Amino acid sequence: MAAISSDNQGLRLATRYVVLTLIALIFIFPLVFMVMSSFKPDLQLLRDTSSIRAFLPVGDISLNNYTAAFERAPVGLFVFNSVLVTGVTVLLSLLLCSMAGFSFVFLQWKGRNILLSIIIATLIVPFETIAIPLLLLVSKLPWIGLEGFSVGWLNSYRVQIIPWIADGLTIFLFVQYFKDLPRDLIEASRVEGASWWQIYIKVVMPLSGPVVATAAILKFLVMYNQYLWPLIVVQEETYRPVMVGLQYFFQLNTAWGEIMAYLTMITVPVLAFYLVLQRAFIASIASTGVKG
Amino acid sequence: MKLTTTLAGALAASTCLAGMAAAQTELTMWYHGGGNEVESNILDGIVSEFNAAQSDWMVTVESFPQGSYNDSVVAAALAGNLPCILDVDGPVMPNWAWAGYMQALPISEAALEGHLDATIGRYNGEVYSVGLWDAAVAMYTRQSTLDALGVRTPSLEEPWTLEEFNAALAAAKASGDFEYAFDVGMAWTGEWYPYAFSPFLQSFGGDIVDRSTYLTAEGALNGDEALAFGEWWQSLFTEGYAPGTSQDPADRDGGFVEGKYAFSWNGNWAGKVALESGIDDLLFLPAPDFGNGSTIGAASWQFGVSGTCEYPEGAAAFVEHALQDKYLAAFSDGIGLIPSTAEAAAMSQDYNEGGALEVFFELSNQQALVRPVTPGYVVAAKVFEKALADIANGADVADTLDAAADEINADIERNGGYGH
Repeated sequence: MAAISSDNQGLRLATRYVVLTLIALIFIFPLVFMVMSSFKPDLQLLRDTSSIRAFLPVGDISLNNYTAAFERAPVGLFVFNSVLVTGVTVLLSLLLCSMAGFSFVFLQWKGRNILLSIIIATLIVPFETIAIPLLLLVSKLPWIGLEGFSVGWLNSYRVQIIPWIADGLTIFLFVQYFKDLPRDLIEASRVEGASWWQIYIKVVMPLSGPVVATAAILKFLVMYNQYLWPLIVVQEETYRPVMVGLQYFFQLNTAWGEIMAYLTMITVPVLAFYLVLQRAFIASIASTGVKG
Repeated sequence: MKLTTTLAGALAASTCLAGMAAAQTELTMWYHGGGNEVESNILDGIVSEFNAAQSDWMVTVESFPQGSYNDSVVAAALAGNLPCILDVDGPVMPNWAWAGYMQALPISEAALEGHLDATIGRYNGEVYSVGLWDAAVAMYTRQSTLDALGVRTPSLEEPWTLEEFNAALAAAKASGDFEYAFDVGMAWTGEWYPYAFSPFLQSFGGDIVDRSTYLTAEGALNGDEALAFGEWWQSLFTEGYAPGTSQDPADRDGGFVEGKYAFSWNGNWAGKVALESGIDDLLFLPAPDFGNGSTIGAASWQFGVSGTCEYPEGAAAFVEHALQDKYLAAFSDGIGLIPSTAEAAAMSQDYNEGGALEVFFELSNQQALVRPVTPGYVVAAKVFEKALADIANGADVADTLDAAADEINADIERNGGYGH
């Protein structure tokens, strides 16, 4: 009897692993295709798409596409720009949105519920609908920098960063997470004489690792994949990010191999960022109920 | 003494250079060639020589990838951030001129003498843009294919008629030697559709819009001639002559060379690849004449001056400088397109007398018909593309063309007739 039960358990485990492996393969195949194709000449790449060869390092394999990609576009500059813009935006967003969430949850002030509802309502507004008004706004905004006073933010890093720091989703994530923190901790801290700033810095944020990781990953993906906004506000190559740079490879005769090489290179920072934060990300999804 | 002299010389030279640079007014130019190193290098060379050749203007180039260039220009126009010199795709120019993104180019007619008509962007009786090259489409085939099918070899003077072309397609299909008789290039989308396929419609006697007024597509896109075109177009797919909208891009790129297709409708930019593939009896044939003349699309990228440029005379000086035959030939050698003058063609590697692609210059010279010169073209082109894809996929021809004409008319009406 015990043997039968053990066999069943083993079979169930094996079935589960097979199913999970198949599902994992479905998600991994596009990445494998991208990486494998990046080593193949265009004609072979296109020919291989109709067979399993598309996922295998077979045929005329070389690093030529990588060399050609660097010759066609300033890949390093584009990656640097995207990492800079994304990194700064993520950091400032975490700071600002967590403070906003803290304020909505722990501080008592008039109109906070209405304001929170308005902020959450912005989640349903597609960016495309506000892109042009925002473009007109930033093109007229003043700025004081090292070069002195100027009007218009176009062609700069700040135009790619500042409008994206605060957003409804990140604030919502922090609000939801903060609501579940034990109130006793906050009240005890207040009784001990801690200021709200001290509570935010020393009590709340140290307990918020999972939501910080989730917010950071989601923001990272949004910022790193930016296309429309930098396309319309950045005309100088110096400030172009990776996704706009992808267009360099679509010529009269599209260089598919180079595109795959470029995509492989620009995917590395995303994967690295996710791998670093994945444990906290999964923990946060479990605790905040956020999906996708 | 020697050191003193050298230093004095260097100081004098740098002062002169600085003085010259200070005297030059900067003109920014936007160009669509980002990602194309050869093209960018040629343009940089032209700009450097222009900047060094005179003391009034200093052109600086900002390159954009072609795929996002138009969006960048429109966004910059909204934000009031346009450069002085603009690069514009020929059929888009009227829209930008109408919208105020461009102003007329104050260039002398003498400077345009000898240029292919389609390389000069005229709108409302004025020159707005000038191109250094053009592109042309031809019917690619092999002489051995024609011989095997028993089909005569057409010429510019005597292109195939509709009946002859249909018979050639039927013979190719019946031979069983090809996957498809005719590769029209359905795997390519976007501007390829109106550029490559509207000449078929025009050859039937229809058009995307009525060019006599530019105020309606009624009759042009859904009249009897257009219906005849639509039925013929659909028959290419229902008869199994041509691969449909799901054509594999790999087959579009290499199918003809590999012998999958008897005929391929393709541009001059693909000519060298086909020649280098080892086909020794390759032919570039003129478009068939479906009853109303034999035509191909025309007008490629051109230089113009933005609506906000304060120095149109500077822009014109640069464009005039860039129109020298040596530059036209250099561009042709570099990116394979057709030089805009016969003199430059004679200097080029591929379009000179006896050159591998010589025939394309004459195709462009004799058959080219620019796409409708109206600001509404940018919308009409997209409507046309969708209609042709729908018909290829089996939609009712009359209904589809009627709906397309209505959509174009509605757009013209919404925009107050686009100034026509």
